Amino acid sequence: MSTVSTRAPAPAEDPTQTRRPARKRRGVREKQWPAYVFLSPWLIGAGVLTLVPMAASLYLSFTDYNLFDAPRWIGLRNYSEMLFDDPRYWRSVGTTLLYVVVAVPLKLALALGVAMLLKSLGRGRAFYRSAFYAPSLLGASMTIALVWKALFNDGGSVAGALSWFGIDTGGWVGNPDLAVYAVVLLTVWQFGAPMVIFLAGLQQIPSDLYEAAALDGAGRWRQFLSVTLPMLSPVVFFNLVLEIINSFQVFTPAFAISGGNGGPADSTMFYTLYLYERGFTASHMGYAAAMAWLLLIAIGVITLILFRTSRTWVFYADEEGR
Amino acid sequence: MATKRWLPHSVAAICLLLLLYPLVWLLATSLKPADEVLTSLNLWPSHLEWSNYTTALDGVAGVTVGRLLGNTLLIAGGAVLGNVLSCSLAAYAFARLRFRMRTGMFAFMVATLMLPHHVVLIPQYIMFNQLGLVDTYWPLILPKFLATEAFFVFLMVQFMRGLPRELEESARMDGCGPFRTYWSITLPLSRPALITTAIFTFIWTWNDFFTQMIYLFAPEKFTITLALRSFVDQNSTSAYGPMFAMSVISVLPIVLFFFVFQRYLVQGMATSGLKG
Repeated sequence: MSTVSTRAPAPAEDPTQTRRPARKRRGVREKQWPAYVFLSPWLIGAGVLTLVPMAASLYLSFTDYNLFDAPRWIGLRNYSEMLFDDPRYWRSVGTTLLYVVVAVPLKLALALGVAMLLKSLGRGRAFYRSAFYAPSLLGASMTIALVWKALFNDGGSVAGALSWFGIDTGGWVGNPDLAVYAVVLLTVWQFGAPMVIFLAGLQQIPSDLYEAAALDGAGRWRQFLSVTLPMLSPVVFFNLVLEIINSFQVFTPAFAISGGNGGPADSTMFYTLYLYERGFTASHMGYAAAMAWLLLIAIGVITLILFRTSRTWVFYADEEGR
Repeated sequence: MATKRWLPHSVAAICLLLLLYPLVWLLATSLKPADEVLTSLNLWPSHLEWSNYTTALDGVAGVTVGRLLGNTLLIAGGAVLGNVLSCSLAAYAFARLRFRMRTGMFAFMVATLMLPHHVVLIPQYIMFNQLGLVDTYWPLILPKFLATEAFFVFLMVQFMRGLPRELEESARMDGCGPFRTYWSITLPLSRPALITTAIFTFIWTWNDFFTQMIYLFAPEKFTITLALRSFVDQNSTSAYGPMFAMSVISVLPIVLFFFVFQRYLVQGMATSGLKG
């Protein structure tokens, strides 16, 4: 195993491989029942709270269900309505995709930039690392979402600061063209978690690689492209997958900034917000279940594509010279 | 060297100031008089309006902030206990014990890391609704006792696999069963992973909004987050001061946790790739 991939493990990178039958040779069969006792909470949870609900939500997605009357089988109608007759559904898909495509690269680029900056600091690195990480813990809270709403509101600090530079945006929260970017910036602001992971990865890169590159006449930029990025690619991949999965499910900031209704003009109607509205406000549980399944499929497909393409750009040092 | 260091240090300092601005703004606004909140871009209040805090303590809809904090603490405490217990049990089995279908079950556990919560949300809601448990704390706490947060199971499995086997083997030679071994050897050695799990569970539960909003209706059962929600749709400026005073109170526990445990938090994140 390379040091990079052991220090910042990517859980999805086939964890089953790390196991080996350690005591096979003993030949004595261990009793199995204690293992099941240890596993019993998890087994119950996986069955009752994961597998059964998954099956149930798949079933419900083919029904019309309002929580009070018995579910009525309507076949693919939820799906066809969603895909062909519901412009708000597509609006929510578009908003969410825009958000993922803008927020994730920005956040990861900032995280990597700051991680490299912190690596170059000698003393004080630990302090900055913790301080930059703080927003990641607070950012998911309703409190910060409310602060954000006020900062990006008409007359808030952001519009004020921009007008200082002669840019007149007005309030972002009430502007259908800008509201989604307020949510984007809130997410980007929480770059601390991927930054900490990047920093851990950077510290694992052997310094003689840089020395060798410098001897070969590589400048800073060249070193970044030829040493840092390839050595860091497993960590980049790990952060990318997790951030994308998380971003598809953003809810609290959209809820707070839009006042709970995805406004103005549905411009912050994120996928999960629309799902909540369909299921819990409008009592179309079947429709919401169908939305959840399409989200699962979308996340599954995107993750799969990432894993497939990762073979071409993710570099594991231990695979060299096999 | 010292002369070359000033540039990165000053860039880092400027970034930090920008980054912390929203938090400073929150604190400053919570102390502003009502007429300055939206009219003045000045960060500092002309005088400190402590009455925002006394108003905030009265809470929302007749439920005091003390009660709201108590409710939140109860849920977060239950979640911490549940996650630490159930996830460590499952993790020990995955890391150290052998059983049929272990590979398959482990793969399933890891796969649930990527499962969007929304897929199981609606049936879970229906289930709790039929059990008459909606508008109680059970839907928020019970799942944690059933190791549903795969992230922590995975974190602990990774940690336990890194522990030396020798201690456990010698305990076994001395006649310890798997339960004794788990309880007296593995758990104490896994303390860093358990602490990381406890802290993140606490903070995430404290910050949670979606699940609480779906399951809780009675104001006296509200958490602090749900109480803040009542400020979401209103745009009247008069309540801004007390609202942000309450907001400050609501993030205070997380800030305290952060100062006390930041070493664990950052290291937990760095070594496990845990998300915050």
